[in-house]
Amino acid sequence: MADEADGGGGLSFHPMDQFEVKSLFGGEIGMFTLTNVTFWLVMAVLAIIALMVLTTSKREVVPGRGQSIAELLYGFVYKMVEDVTGKDGIKYFPYIMTLFMFILCANFLGLIPMSFTTTSHIAVTAILGFGVFIAVTVLGFVKNGASFLSLFWVSRAPLPLRPVLAVIEIISYFVRPVSHSIRLAGNMMAGHAVLKVFAGFAQVAAIAPVAIIGVMAIYGLEVLVSAIQAYVFTILTCVYLKDALHPHH
Amino acid sequence: MEGELAHIGAGLAAIGSGAAAIGVGHVAGNFLAGALRNPSAAAGQTATLFIGIAFAEALGIFSFLVALLLMFAV
Repeated sequence: MADEADGGGGLSFHPMDQFEVKSLFGGEIGMFTLTNVTFWLVMAVLAIIALMVLTTSKREVVPGRGQSIAELLYGFVYKMVEDVTGKDGIKYFPYIMTLFMFILCANFLGLIPMSFTTTSHIAVTAILGFGVFIAVTVLGFVKNGASFLSLFWVSRAPLPLRPVLAVIEIISYFVRPVSHSIRLAGNMMAGHAVLKVFAGFAQVAAIAPVAIIGVMAIYGLEVLVSAIQAYVFTILTCVYLKDALHPHH
Repeated sequence: MEGELAHIGAGLAAIGSGAAAIGVGHVAGNFLAGALRNPSAAAGQTATLFIGIAFAEALGIFSFLVALLLMFAV
């Protein structure tokens, strides 16, 4: 199937090749093989440590460049959690901050040319998405007991309508982790594939300048999308957390 | 023959991306219309704006995923 994409007047496009998982040291890919995914996941963690731990270790009263970036990010996520979930959601701020920083760093590292976008793989984002889903569901039952199920029973709706709404609510509840993870993976994959396709147009000399300017413009857009998708993932986590803490409509 | 049909299907699935574009434009346009009427209330609603955009966009991403599956996985 991939060979057919070679058509199109001598142009060769391989927009999906960049998402291939390769073993770092050769050999078969098994359960515990070190691959480029492993490498870039570790790089994301190291980037977070460099940004959040090393820059703030001096604890200056007047923050330097690195420390103010770290403080801005911290304040941004803290305010988001406080605004969406309310005061009692602040307890879960560390988890949400971790998610935000990890997705942000993984998205940005993927924008480095020749690097690998770990968040473009559904395997990575599904773990994050289902992690949120399971955590929030367990939390909802622990905090509210059986009355958590009132999330599915819209008490404001007319009585005959409620069973229908309950079915819709239950379906939408279980689609959450799927859409949550596929949104992130799909956005990252689509953006990087578009970049690769535009880079492929540069093979034709006549439209090469347009293609290169196009790649630059789309790269700028991708930087924006990376940040917005990290924000969207985090704020949806906050919304789900709010539903778990206050299930009554 | 099956491969060609898969390509046609992928093209049809791409219509969903256009539909998602209409949805996202609707959300953002209505937000802007509201924000210009009452700019002081706009700052507090940016989170709602992004949630709305995310929900509208998710369905477009689903259609893109269907297209990808038809192109590379079927």
